[in-house]
Amino acid sequence: MANEKSKEKVCIPIGPVHPALKEPIQIEVEIQGERVVGTNITLGHVHRGIEWIGTRRNPIQTIYIAERICGICNICHPLAFCQAIENAANIRVPERAEYLRTIYAELERIHSHLLFLGVAAHEIGFDSILHYTWLAREKVLDVIEMLTGNRITKGILMIGGVRRDISKEQASKIREMLSYYEKVYKKLSKIFLDDITIKMRTRDIGVVSKKDALRLCLVGPTARASGIKKDTRQDFPYAAYGDLNVRALTPLDIVGEIRGDSYDRTIMRLIEIKQSMELIERCLKEMPEGPILYEQSLQRLLLNLKSVSGEGVALVEAPRGELIHYIRMEKNDFPSAWKVRAPTYANLHAVGVILNNCELADVPIAVASIDPCISCTNRAVIASEKIVLSQEKLHELCVEKTRAMKGDSL
Amino acid sequence: MIDYTIAYTIANALIIIFAALFISLLFHGIERKIVARMQARIGPPLLQPFIDIKKLFMKENIVPDSAVKWLFNLMPIVALSSAIVLFLYIPFGMPAILNEHGDLILVLYLLSIPPLALAIGAFASGSSFAAVGAQRELVLLISYEFVLSVVIFSFAWLLSVCTQNTNVFSLNAPALNPPWSLVGPIGFIGIALLLISTLAVMPGKAGKIPADIAEAKTEIAEGVLVEYSGFNLALLYMTQAVRTFGFAALIVALFFPWNASIFIDIPKDTVLEPIFFILKAGLVMFFSAFFISAAVARFKVDQAARFYISTVFSIALLGLLLILLDLTLRGF
Repeated sequence: MANEKSKEKVCIPIGPVHPALKEPIQIEVEIQGERVVGTNITLGHVHRGIEWIGTRRNPIQTIYIAERICGICNICHPLAFCQAIENAANIRVPERAEYLRTIYAELERIHSHLLFLGVAAHEIGFDSILHYTWLAREKVLDVIEMLTGNRITKGILMIGGVRRDISKEQASKIREMLSYYEKVYKKLSKIFLDDITIKMRTRDIGVVSKKDALRLCLVGPTARASGIKKDTRQDFPYAAYGDLNVRALTPLDIVGEIRGDSYDRTIMRLIEIKQSMELIERCLKEMPEGPILYEQSLQRLLLNLKSVSGEGVALVEAPRGELIHYIRMEKNDFPSAWKVRAPTYANLHAVGVILNNCELADVPIAVASIDPCISCTNRAVIASEKIVLSQEKLHELCVEKTRAMKGDSL
Repeated sequence: MIDYTIAYTIANALIIIFAALFISLLFHGIERKIVARMQARIGPPLLQPFIDIKKLFMKENIVPDSAVKWLFNLMPIVALSSAIVLFLYIPFGMPAILNEHGDLILVLYLLSIPPLALAIGAFASGSSFAAVGAQRELVLLISYEFVLSVVIFSFAWLLSVCTQNTNVFSLNAPALNPPWSLVGPIGFIGIALLLISTLAVMPGKAGKIPADIAEAKTEIAEGVLVEYSGFNLALLYMTQAVRTFGFAALIVALFFPWNASIFIDIPKDTVLEPIFFILKAGLVMFFSAFFISAAVARFKVDQAARFYISTVFSIALLGLLLILLDLTLRGF
């Protein structure tokens, strides 16, 4: 339009607290009318210095710290951490443990993707699907609780294996869950493939072309939705994925075309649920008997790790894409360096491309469609000046503040 | 000599206003329960809207520093009063209280004031979220008002041709001559199309999904309502509930004016008639607002505008043409 230029630009801050966001991130969008003309992202609201904490604890303690990097990806983080340590220390994980790890990772993928489908539906105002998918998600959480004892932070992985085996009865419970999800998948694919309003809100919104996706080094479902056949499970198999011949899926497998829009990214999650279900089924069938831990005694394991000197890198396909953990050990109680690169860190670069020329109404679904996991991503903060507060100083400030507040109320 | 009729009218009006408020909120509670059940949830208790209102009345009323204060505070009152005055003009199974003082056109205006007041209040709040919400509210208002005017004028025209009634815009006119009985089979389809288009306007009027774009929680954080709190928010909350019930009542008065005494053997003009009317309004709300809101996603503002101006407007226009054709064939 001719008068588009003359319209005033308004800056709308989405976040750090906003109903569309589940975690704090600030996305400032500049709009003209309803059209987005500029984007600025600020991170760092949930930085907790986890890597710093990890280098002050022994590797076994750090597994549980790694689990708390993110509430959703709490198998893939400790898995990547354990694999990095195993690589550094040349530990060979028993074969059965590899299969068990695969099962846990795929269960996590199902729960994470169901969560995403609900969030995506909520962003476009389709709350019935939100409630349906989250109700369906309860089933996999129940199974995870049955297998590990916890719904969310599972505490199941150990350096050199896993902590608990899956018994025959538990395996039959998992199969029961899979047959339940067959029904859920049928219903969800009917909804997401046929519903007009979902297509109205997501088709051709936030398009990332294959070229852009390659340029920005996108990972995971976000990259696959743009037609890049890229999957850590296929390219650099870990755990039992080498035996399972995982193939990177693209929207071509279900809708027959690739547009790289929000719809494709949503659909990617849907077909990956199906893929995960098949992988779990195969794992249960092909899982060999045997030990599940490289070293039963934790004391001896710690002693072994203490003598290790070297680096370890592990790549894991988290539900959101390729996750990298880097570890350096220098014959010490604690790792001397630990670096996490979460998939969302790579995918957030796409937000600028995605939001370009979107309407304001599209911003929530377009941002949500890369399924950003902010607490995974917050690995650093940039402070303008360095202030170090001692414990005494902090206490003093607390007392001062309390006095001031008391003075106000009196 | 005191004029008792005025006192009588005022007393009646007060009763109707409070009854309408109560029923609107009750229907809001029923809606939340029904939608929750459709979404496999348990849902809040039936009286949750009353609890919400009570809570909001106790809360602090925050007015932002950047707001135009008198306008910001005035608009919720304007919105609620205009929404609720509507009920004095609608025949509740018995002639309306202010029957001879108002007509359909006035009712149309009364229905348009709450969204306008909301938009003005939102602009006055000085928030950018509210400003976007207000723009959307106005775009939506312009789009569905078209459809409503077609419906109203087809009715008036139909009545003016077929009956000797001089006051064709009166709300009691459809009650005296139900429009369905004035036309032949083609016109019947025409009126059905008008009904469909009016029902399609309902989500827009009531601010429900798919047309809750002015509030759009996940997009613009409740949009027009974002800066309102406490007493003001309670008034706007009631306005939304009353608007929904008011528009449903208008649909019933226009399209389903029959009284219960026609179908079952009860004495005429008793308290049963308003109850029957409320049941009809509840059914209209169920099909046009509650059911739809659980079954679709939210429109974008341009999609909603296109939906109302092209699709729904064409349906209404087709309805009008069919009625015209019907009357022409039957020689009026």
